[in-house]
Amino acid sequence: MGRLITTVAISTISAIILIFLFIGREAAPVITSPDVHREVTVGKMVVPLESRVGRPKMFMWQPVSQTPKYSLPPLLLGSLKATLVAILFATPFAVGAALYSSEFAPPRAREMIKPVIEMLAGIPSVVMGFFALIVLASVLKDTFGWKFRLNATNAGIALGIAIIPVIYTVAEGALRAVPRQFREASLALGASPWATARRVVLPAAAPGIFAGVTLGFGRAIGETMIVLMASGNAAIWSPHLTDSIRTMSATIAAELAEVVNGSAHYHVLFFIGALLFLITFLINLLGELYIGRLRRRLTGVAG
Amino acid sequence: MSRTIPPEVTSDEPGESVVAAHSGDRLASMLTHRRSRLLRKLSPLPILTGFLTLCVVAMLVIVLWNIVRGGIGGLTWEFLTAAPTEGMTKGGIFPAIFGTVFLVFLMTIFAIPVGVATAIFLRYYARPESRLARLVRVAVNNLAGVPSIVFGLFGLGFFIQFVGRGIDRAFYGGHLAFGQPAIIWASLTLAILTLPVVIVTTEEAMRAIPRDYIEASFALGATRWQTIRHVVIPNSITGILTGGILAISRGAGEVAPIMFTGAAYYLPYLPSKLNDQFMELGYHVYVLSTQSPDVEKTLPLLYSTVLVLLLLTFALNALAVVIRMRLRLRHAG
Repeated sequence: MGRLITTVAISTISAIILIFLFIGREAAPVITSPDVHREVTVGKMVVPLESRVGRPKMFMWQPVSQTPKYSLPPLLLGSLKATLVAILFATPFAVGAALYSSEFAPPRAREMIKPVIEMLAGIPSVVMGFFALIVLASVLKDTFGWKFRLNATNAGIALGIAIIPVIYTVAEGALRAVPRQFREASLALGASPWATARRVVLPAAAPGIFAGVTLGFGRAIGETMIVLMASGNAAIWSPHLTDSIRTMSATIAAELAEVVNGSAHYHVLFFIGALLFLITFLINLLGELYIGRLRRRLTGVAG
Repeated sequence: MSRTIPPEVTSDEPGESVVAAHSGDRLASMLTHRRSRLLRKLSPLPILTGFLTLCVVAMLVIVLWNIVRGGIGGLTWEFLTAAPTEGMTKGGIFPAIFGTVFLVFLMTIFAIPVGVATAIFLRYYARPESRLARLVRVAVNNLAGVPSIVFGLFGLGFFIQFVGRGIDRAFYGGHLAFGQPAIIWASLTLAILTLPVVIVTTEEAMRAIPRDYIEASFALGATRWQTIRHVVIPNSITGILTGGILAISRGAGEVAPIMFTGAAYYLPYLPSKLNDQFMELGYHVYVLSTQSPDVEKTLPLLYSTVLVLLLLTFALNALAVVIRMRLRLRHAG
């Protein structure tokens, strides 16, 4: 029986390896296959292209035109723009709420915050996408007079609401892990509760808060349904946060159902998926590093 | 590290100390207590963070209120039990509800045994610091961080293209049977996605079992497997249940992993075989809100569908919370 259980446990390791292998297997032809190279190479994916002879070169994502063009930079920029807005929007609320609940909230309020965060985390992303598409987009457009309803900011804010629970949970855990002696020592020295929170607790828990923000970033850049529904899905190379964007995740979701298996387009979409996998993997690793640093700091081991 | 200490706390007003000296310690502590409460109310950080917390609450309330207000009117018995009609601009969502239930049912059949076995392995078979145990933990952590769309790609690349095509070649003489999007592949993909939820929740429940129980069992001469079967599993069954419920709630809300592995835009029949396609609530919401020819006309229908999906996931989450609370009370008492 022990052998069976060990085998099953090892299968969870094999799951992550299989994901890695099979995304890689379908993405590899972009680098290795001459068939795919007739249509696209990695080089062509990162440099500006001519739409017609004599026209200025630019980045284009036109996978179904006569000569398909697969520029990755606009997609990468789109993902980064939405994620940036999400982080900027979510961090103050999430860290503020975490600080309030760990330092200042009366017990009854604290007990009410937890279910609120859990409910927020329980909203399916397709529901947040729906809300951003139908309600939020109109409100923002009417308020700020933007040209496009669906844009990076609209998707980013919805994405931000969706990642508040991630950042909150990690940050609150870190704040709570700060030993009581730290607070008591500070209070005993005559510092007020808020000076204690700002000057002692917050710096001590800082790596944990970074970890929360990092994990939120990882969650936001991989999130699909919200950006697919609320971002406009136009691959524009533009720095403005009020332009429509097309993210990496939404591109896969929107196009994979329609591609021919084994075509260049199909392999390019897997290539984007592999990139996304790699990016989130590295970001999550960074988050783990921060958590490790927090643990060392709070347990007093040099680090 | 010279930090300025706010003057309110250090200033030792003579008037107050006189009062304290006269009326004893109780009054003094009352005064400082009142002063610190006042301070807590007036300092900027508690006010700011309290306000930010309120904003988070407000976001939740706005989203929920909007959906409930828009969807409650269309939530009739007919809506829940009828199929979509007139190009999905009228009728109900029964096939989507049926597909969702079928999907998550299959998913739990795969996810719960594997998740529970992994949790048992981590807790009772592996030495906590052994390389294998650490590898399993790293794998579970990483699995939890993989974006859901990547799971969709994996489902297509592995289950459909590799496993499904393999089955077709081996048993169906190359005829298309399993090498295409189907409910079995979608549920397997979701099972891997929700595996970390099951593992973490089960492990948490097993951690709460008092050591004495385990030691008593071993002392009576029970083997490790007997202890697990007769002590560990019965004592953590509610935790396992909670893990299953949380996994269902998570799985029912995911759309990206099932978009290319089995979910269908519209089907005139209900799925009955493992290699059938299916309609699903979340995917239905996506389809209605982005591909509808007449959004204005379908909007009430759409709102009600979103409300059903939300009620389903929230009810499951609430159930998990209640079970957990009772579990904690039992162990505390």
